[in-house]
Amino acid sequence: MGDADLGEQIRERIVEAHHWGRGLRIVAGGTRERPGRRVAGEELSLGAHRGILEWEPSELVLRARAGTPVLEIEAALATERQMLGFEPPRAAETATIGGAVATAQSGPRRPFAGAARDFVLGVGCIDGTGQRLGFGGRVIKNVAGYDISRLMCGAHGTLGVLLDVAIRLLPVPECEQSLVRECEPLQAMQIMNSLRSRPLPLSGAAWEAGLLRLRLEGAESAVSRAARELGGDAEADARWWQELRDQRLPFFRDARSLWRVALPPTAAPLALDAAELIDWCGAQRWLSGDVDATLVRARAAQLGGHATLCRGATDDPFHPLAPGMLALQQRLKRVFDPRRVLNPGRLYREL
Amino acid sequence: MDTPSPEQPPAAVADAATLCRELRALLPPGAVLSSPSELAPYECDGLSAYRQRPLAVVIPRCVEEVQAVLRLCSARGVPVVARGAGTGLSGGALPHAAGVLLVMARFDRILSVDPAACTARVQPGVRNLAISEAAAPHGLYYAPDPSSQIACSIGGNVAENAGGVHCLKYGLTVHNVLAAEILLMNGERLTLGGEGPDSPGYDLLALLCGSEGLLGVIVEVTVRLLARPPCARLLLATFDSPVRAGAAVASIIAAGIVPAGLEMMDGLAIRAAEAFAHAGYPTDAAALLLCELDGTEEECTGQLMRVESLLRAGGATELRVAADEAERLRLWSGRKSAFPAVGRLAPDYYCMDGSIPRSRLGDVLERIAVLSSEYGLPVANVFHAGDGNLHPLILYDAGKPGELQRTEELGEKILAFCVEVGGTITGEHGVGVEKLGAMCLQFGAAELERFHAVKEAFDPAGLLNPGKAVPTLARCAEGRRMHVHGGELPFPGIERF
Ligand SMILES: Cc1cc2nc3c(=O)[nH]c(=O)nc-3n(C[C@H](O)[C@H](O)[C@H](O)COP(=O)(O)OP(=O)(O)OC[C@H]3O[C@@H](n4cnc5c(N)ncnc54)[C@H](O)[C@@H]3O)c2cc1C
Repeated sequence: MGDADLGEQIRERIVEAHHWGRGLRIVAGGTRERPGRRVAGEELSLGAHRGILEWEPSELVLRARAGTPVLEIEAALATERQMLGFEPPRAAETATIGGAVATAQSGPRRPFAGAARDFVLGVGCIDGTGQRLGFGGRVIKNVAGYDISRLMCGAHGTLGVLLDVAIRLLPVPECEQSLVRECEPLQAMQIMNSLRSRPLPLSGAAWEAGLLRLRLEGAESAVSRAARELGGDAEADARWWQELRDQRLPFFRDARSLWRVALPPTAAPLALDAAELIDWCGAQRWLSGDVDATLVRARAAQLGGHATLCRGATDDPFHPLAPGMLALQQRLKRVFDPRRVLNPGRLYREL
Repeated sequence: MDTPSPEQPPAAVADAATLCRELRALLPPGAVLSSPSELAPYECDGLSAYRQRPLAVVIPRCVEEVQAVLRLCSARGVPVVARGAGTGLSGGALPHAAGVLLVMARFDRILSVDPAACTARVQPGVRNLAISEAAAPHGLYYAPDPSSQIACSIGGNVAENAGGVHCLKYGLTVHNVLAAEILLMNGERLTLGGEGPDSPGYDLLALLCGSEGLLGVIVEVTVRLLARPPCARLLLATFDSPVRAGAAVASIIAAGIVPAGLEMMDGLAIRAAEAFAHAGYPTDAAALLLCELDGTEEECTGQLMRVESLLRAGGATELRVAADEAERLRLWSGRKSAFPAVGRLAPDYYCMDGSIPRSRLGDVLERIAVLSSEYGLPVANVFHAGDGNLHPLILYDAGKPGELQRTEELGEKILAFCVEVGGTITGEHGVGVEKLGAMCLQFGAAELERFHAVKEAFDPAGLLNPGKAVPTLARCAEGRRMHVHGGELPFPGIERF
């Protein structure tokens, strides 16, 4: 598929939907499985609105249309040894950069390099009235106006349809080394807790099925020294990290119901009746199994975090908001989408 | 859209004496200041060209007191301006003539440091540097380090999304804050973010960072701490032209090296800083780069070699690596005191804060030099070159009639050029009152309307720091500021006067 600018068509669709007060269901890559409530409304597809708009390798900044596949961007970046620092998952080949930003998805590097929103520099978008808007820019530092670009990140398109995004890039590290060792989850947590305060070239720390894996990246000499210090077996094949990133590990594939629990990284293991995968050096826990929703949410809240049901039957996949917070978010929704045209109800019934 | 016009003081102007009486009834003795001599120290922030005395200054000590002040002011329709340490450089904490200045300086307690989670929970008035000092026994530190770090508060840092010399590698305030407790203007308390990696719903914490005290009063902040890197090496390089130094900066970034800091000064700034701090800078250089590399011993050594060869290839006239920690700190001291140092060169100086794509450094520096001679006003350049954040310092004498105006005009031309090359009018100092006009260069009416509406979602009555950060549409439509693109007026729907 070639590059194309569908901005004007998209705008016209939104203007019309706004006029009639009709909901639009925004679809980017289309096939990616994402948490979210079901949206009633006509489909608005962004998949064909694609193409890299600006990329000056010496700037380490890229601007691309929202429908550009993540894989296409990464292939281009690889030619200059650059990458997307937040490692968005590519569950499907068609996964788009707009989708990754709109749903704020980040991979295993997140605790060490930052989340999707940390790399977003600017967005071009269309709000629920059909107005084209530009926020942020393509420079690293920018405090002119409220940071609406980052607000859009994770809003699941409910505040604006992203047309293009500007993203800060990272150089690909010189070398990568994965270490693996057997241990129980409690011990894994202890090790992770001890790593956080040490200046190590870490880019991944995750535990699954009795194995703790650490990923080191950086200068060859630094990586090999850290590997010696940390111990464990070298894992020649780094595919596990890619499969973790893309949620293609059997753990994810086989899950009938899948919870994502975001926690303070030192929080105790969840100890619920489900298989658990610990990522983000303790801050992201995945649960596979039929666990009671109230129980998961209560446990997550008690530990200072929140839980999202990413797969499985539910009316409310996202953690409920306190009344004052929900009211504020509703007021923000009204700023950008007064007639609730964009993905109405996708995040919360009220948004 | 029906947006209030926050540049006008709200209609209900309270009678000062009554207001002070009511405030005193809510707060402990000494927490309300109202006599002219008590108010004087608070009439400006770090941008002293703008001064205004408020009706009263209040200095609360606990959240309940802040809540009480906000509720009273809400009920009376009195504007409230929060102030941290008052080091802001855009007039963000400039008091409102008909309002209360809410000084958060006594919220100065570090509530907890968690060395396992690498976080610190602090009150908003805690000084930036105090956080790193409290974290130091655990081998940790708080990364964003504005040059004002001995004085500025973390609350002010969040409100401005402050940066610093090490932000190139470690990010700005927004990247290093995990949670904030805020009070809305009506006194309602909310937690944005959390100790986990994210929180459900919209990312309001990101929105808060850089919101210049217009959305809520920050009463607590949780920050992320980082492990202090075992090794830091500082390299000084000089060049015979700023343009060449700018090109060398771009070559380092392009090589995939992310230095911990990459700072630049031009000749005027070098000589001023040297005279002030005796840092050991070569005073005959036209430009100087400070490039800091940190990490493990191995990483530093490897990167140092690569950077040295890039700088040499880029035409560096002198290369020096700080031999020890004492020399490293001395070389930094020149950069960190560059503003006050340049300040000694003229009765007044005006600090700009444009931000540009790094590949355009050379062009922009040349343009600034041309403008400087056109206006006959010297400009010293001190800036965060690695992330393209310029700080041209325009030297002037406010005592000479018309010179401040010409300075502001020159400043706006520089900012307009930053916008033209794809940059922005402010990288880290914020809009405040100072860059309201320049905001019209950067945003159209639709974006500005949304900004006002976002404020309204948090503060429907428009009482919290009104008139700052976002210009009214009417202001942008004013002829003097108007920018005509391709013959089209940017605000066709608005009346002109
Ligand atoms: C010599 C010098 C060097 C500087 N160097 C840098 C630099 O390198 N990088 C940089 O980014 N900045 C720099 N600054 C600017 C300034 O220090 C920062 O903007 C800083 O973040 C301001 O903090 P403060 O506590 O002084 O805030 P103030 O100046 O008191 O207030 C700034 C803004 O924050 C709001 N605010 C303050 N506290 C709160 C609160 N608790 N809740 C809500 N809103 C609040 C105010 O309303 C105002 O809008 C420098 C300033 C000076 C004087």
